[in-house]
Amino acid sequence: MSEITPDTVRHLAELARIGLSDEEIERLTGELGAIVDSVAKVAEVATPEVPATSHPIPLANVFRPDVPGETLTTDEALAGAPEAAEGRFVVSAILGEEQ
Amino acid sequence: MSGVNGGAASADLTRKTAAELASLLAAREVSAVEVAKAHLDRIAAVDGDVHAFLHVSDAALITAAAIDSARGDGEELGPLAGVPVAIKDVLTTKDAPTTAGSRILEGWVPPYDATTVARLRAAHLVPLGKTNMDEFAMGSSTEHSAYGPTRNPWDLDRIPGGSGGGSAAAVAAFEAPIALGSDTGGSIRQPGAVTGTVGVKPTYGGVSRYGAIALASSLDQVGPVSRTVLDAALLHDVVGGHDPKDSTSLTDVWPSFAEAAREGALAESLKGVRVGVVRELDSDGFQAGVKQRFHETLALLTEAGAEIVEVSAPHFEYAVAAYYVILPAEASSNLAKFDSVRFGLRVTPPGGGTVEQVMAASREAGFGAEVKRRVILGTYALSAGYYDAYYGSAQKVRTLIQRDFADAFAQADVLVSPSAPTTAFRIGEKVNDPLAMYLNDVTTIPANLAGVPGMTLPMGLAPEDGLPTGFQLMAPAREDARLYRIGATLERLIGERQGTILDAAPALG
Repeated sequence: MSEITPDTVRHLAELARIGLSDEEIERLTGELGAIVDSVAKVAEVATPEVPATSHPIPLANVFRPDVPGETLTTDEALAGAPEAAEGRFVVSAILGEEQ
Repeated sequence: MSGVNGGAASADLTRKTAAELASLLAAREVSAVEVAKAHLDRIAAVDGDVHAFLHVSDAALITAAAIDSARGDGEELGPLAGVPVAIKDVLTTKDAPTTAGSRILEGWVPPYDATTVARLRAAHLVPLGKTNMDEFAMGSSTEHSAYGPTRNPWDLDRIPGGSGGGSAAAVAAFEAPIALGSDTGGSIRQPGAVTGTVGVKPTYGGVSRYGAIALASSLDQVGPVSRTVLDAALLHDVVGGHDPKDSTSLTDVWPSFAEAAREGALAESLKGVRVGVVRELDSDGFQAGVKQRFHETLALLTEAGAEIVEVSAPHFEYAVAAYYVILPAEASSNLAKFDSVRFGLRVTPPGGGTVEQVMAASREAGFGAEVKRRVILGTYALSAGYYDAYYGSAQKVRTLIQRDFADAFAQADVLVSPSAPTTAFRIGEKVNDPLAMYLNDVTTIPANLAGVPGMTLPMGLAPEDGLPTGFQLMAPAREDARLYRIGATLERLIGERQGTILDAAPALG
């Protein structure tokens, strides 16, 4: 059985920046446990001599000439922002009280 | 056909394939405005039931009129000029909202077009609107859309497949002749199978993903959805090919897929073609009617001169497990961009909060259950202490699956299987059982893990429920033309045996 506990889910949700209700944490603990148990079978055949594949068709070092191209204007880039001012994105405080 | 003004004649236009419409348009027997109007009328008549569209374009008639005027001026237009097309809502469109089926992007109008969308416009197609999908393409039923499910035109109580259920249903319901989809683990092919339509996942890197909202970057591929193999090829020709804006885009010069499909449709026989049946994808666990139609189709191929060989891909049984490690891992990283800063929903907790608290509240409110599940699963798979056991092992399985494909393609020119293990299931049947939902993709996932192209085409209705079944063809990487050639031959053979499958679908509207 997997080691997924409600505390694991709470910690993962913090890392992933997703708020969860206690109800969601409880449900996800069971669901993730079942999924993790099921996908753990990948380890059965992943022996040390098998190399890993990250991309189906290997491509390395894709370069282009370093020339100016078309880019979004500031207004276009900010058009979808929840809040913008003076040509910039506005965010809330980046430091908590204790910092 | 000239002077078409709605009614029966307008319905006729929606029954035509993209290739037929293109001929009528080129011969000026119909106008692009008439064709667009017929499809918009059809959408108005049936989409209340089907819900294939999240957004219907208010610019379609204007676009169509401009194309008519360009044709009138003798301008050189593309082969699909004036043909309407639906676009999966995963692709950015600068004149229409793009949500990827998520509440977190509700109302967002992107500042740029996806390359595939820009190519549709440059080739003078007429975008009709954006189609529904599982949120961020996570699902096999379109039930995970934040905007409500799409319904299968064959039976409105059933799912149209997913994640691209909207594009498949739009094409199956004659709301659009062709559509764009995206396929990360089967999201073009499985909806194609359960709606009686055609869909192709091209070779990884064959079609640009610039402007395709990323789910799992090592798996995602954009491709065509249609009612015929030729139409898929025509659309693939328009959107495919190298794009400098996508660093994973292949620089290959591709042959004309439409030409391959036309050749295939005319081929006298399949003599000399070796068709490999993947033993592991011909499971006794599949629905009986799906297996029956699959084996009847194999018999058709044999009659046409093809040589059927049985091949084994022993590691395919690990494909679903590897996929549900790799996909959540990549998705958890790709979806980090939805941070409530640059676009999308922002929810501030009561009394305010730090930017991190705002992010967590925004993502809590903006993401649905399946997205939360997969992002948290991916975060787990990538976390210290578990990386080697899960993500590292899954990447090794990927190597083993690629080797299985290489061995199989040494014995066969194409590999075949049912496109989906069952016909369309009922809405609500699997939505609360993630593992059961994940197993729908058992037949389609291997092609994504290996980057090879795959096609589904309708192979008849399952006797027990009268619902469509799909036949999957897979070819080696970069051999998409082979799929179109052999697929078109097979489509003709199936048509000669049993007529056009979609003719049996309910009329709707």
